[in-house]
Amino acid sequence: MNEHDGTGPGALRMDDPWYAVPVAGEWQQEADVQAPVSHEEPGREDRTAVYLEVQHSAAFQEARGRYRRFVFPAAAAFLAWYLLYVVLATTAPGLMARPVAGELNVAMVAGLAQFASTFLLTWAYARHARLRRDRAALDLRWDTQERMR
Amino acid sequence: MTGNHQGLALVLFTVFVSVTLAITAWAGRRRSSSVEFFAGGRLFSPLENGFAITGDYISAGSLLGVSGLVALVGYDGVLYCVGFLVGFLVVLMLIAELVRNCGRFTIADVVAVRMRQRPARIALGTSSVIVSVIYLVAQMVGAGSLVALLLGGQGAAVRTWTVIGVGGLMVFYVSFGGMRATTWIQIVKAVLLMAGSVALTVLVLVRFHGDLGGLLRSAAAGSGHGKDFLAPGLKYGGTWTARLDFMSLGLALVLGTAGLPHILSRFYTVPTARSARRSVVWAIGLIGSFYLMTIVLGFAAAAVVGSDSVRSSNQAGNTAVPLLALDLGGGAGTTGGTVLFAVVGAVAFATILAVVAGITLASSASVAHDLYATVRRRSGSRRRSKESKEQEEVKVARVAAFGIGAVAIVLSLYAQGQNVAFLVGLAFAVAASANLPALLYTLFWRRFTTRGTLWAVYGGLGPAVLLVILSPVVSGSPDALFPGVDFHLFPLQNPGLVSIPLGFLAGWLGTVLSPEPADEGKHAEAEVRSLTGAGAV
Repeated sequence: MNEHDGTGPGALRMDDPWYAVPVAGEWQQEADVQAPVSHEEPGREDRTAVYLEVQHSAAFQEARGRYRRFVFPAAAAFLAWYLLYVVLATTAPGLMARPVAGELNVAMVAGLAQFASTFLLTWAYARHARLRRDRAALDLRWDTQERMR
Repeated sequence: MTGNHQGLALVLFTVFVSVTLAITAWAGRRRSSSVEFFAGGRLFSPLENGFAITGDYISAGSLLGVSGLVALVGYDGVLYCVGFLVGFLVVLMLIAELVRNCGRFTIADVVAVRMRQRPARIALGTSSVIVSVIYLVAQMVGAGSLVALLLGGQGAAVRTWTVIGVGGLMVFYVSFGGMRATTWIQIVKAVLLMAGSVALTVLVLVRFHGDLGGLLRSAAAGSGHGKDFLAPGLKYGGTWTARLDFMSLGLALVLGTAGLPHILSRFYTVPTARSARRSVVWAIGLIGSFYLMTIVLGFAAAAVVGSDSVRSSNQAGNTAVPLLALDLGGGAGTTGGTVLFAVVGAVAFATILAVVAGITLASSASVAHDLYATVRRRSGSRRRSKESKEQEEVKVARVAAFGIGAVAIVLSLYAQGQNVAFLVGLAFAVAASANLPALLYTLFWRRFTTRGTLWAVYGGLGPAVLLVILSPVVSGSPDALFPGVDFHLFPLQNPGLVSIPLGFLAGWLGTVLSPEPADEGKHAEAEVRSLTGAGAV
């Protein structure tokens, strides 16, 4: 576990607030992931209890809700929009060939709109995560790890 | 193709290989813990990892194949570009951060948080290795053809030695440099690729005085198809079989990206979920711009070189961009043309080398960390220290890289000269059918069980492979792998349209029919860890 050996080309990056969280450290998580068959290892039940407790806490429910209320509709929307595009391109070439302006036809506009919507959604998701989720997730991470000690 | 091209291309390529060997030697000097070997120390920055994802994702098939497709069939080639890009939204929103929070090195790590270790790891490890080997063979056969095309060597011996050379180099990178060397090779390759594409695109824009409408007009004229060239239908517009085949491929492209082992293992090279997200944002920006440039270059090849000349040089259009570069530089025989042609050739080689290294690393991680470690655990010696187990995993991964390299070389030599373009689509289809359902259910479905996991993986993997064996690419058509016999029952080349829904259906069915309900505690652990990063390594 040389997570802290900052000798690489990417030495410690303090501009990343997540990095302030001590990684793994003395608690047992790493060992547990490593040797997962060890059901008899002490503390397994305790940790499960903590996870259940955190999962049922209002703060976690709120954070999960924020995440899911954004990504589920967004994923449904872009998948539907992409499938619509593919189906139209293969089944309605007449519609897609209709000229819009100059050399641009519906198909070109739709293709460029796919690129544009991908870039736009990427920006919107990153912004939503940064402003609405990161703080809460970090607090919950601290809180959960504190309870594990 | 004069001797000048070949000489210069060989010099540039030798420089690239020397740089990558130096990187490998530098990275190989570190002590090899498993975090170092499988995750490169986990301290890459989002920008670095964004470039590395771009390097891992964009294969020579995209650089030469997709632009060539645009040059030959116009708009139908654009459909590929859209599918390759939109797939990253699935990765960004549903996969990247959660996988980074839950796993250590592989896809199976994520599923194993909730499910019974042994069967889950064997299932996901197996499907990951299969996806990787399919993708690897596609890339290495492509490498053989590329040398024949760009260096003018038409003999079988040239192809054979190219495949062996590429295979040898990738095994060397992976087993001696691990993830750190592989990541830096991806970064160097991505920078070269983007620089080369930007340079060519700028030259195209200069040639057409920035008039994209004029470019499209000339492309339509140069293609010989007129207006039809700018609308869908030239390749996939004919029969309903062709249309369904494209829908199948489209579905596989958009859902498969999120199941590719070598893409997902990139998220373990950054320290946190937040940096995993930021690396995908970088990757989407880079990959999106790359495919926009690919479209411009494809249309420009049709306009400047002409579709017929491209087709007569290579039936699949793979030489469209090199020929365009030759023309943009001043034409055959000029210094500018020679230099640009050689640069494109060298970038294409670099692309193949980097991609195969990334895939080899991901699959040897699956072999060592999922398959070997699981079998090994069963056979005793649970008392050994963590360090010695990690050392052993790294050792096994190094050996596995040799094994996978040997298998890929043998398969590629056997498939040499075959039409293997369908293999990339197949790798995406298997990834979407076997890996994605298990991953998504694990992360988002409370009731998902171990039996559901196994059914999802095998229920997607089995049909995908079976349908390909029964498809016209294996038998019953003139350019099939076995043209002499005909046992094809399934009409489509790409199995995605059937096998992806089957994977999801099997996962649901297995869960509903499970003898025991899902473990609430483990579900809580997976959910809390994936969304908050608690306990992430």
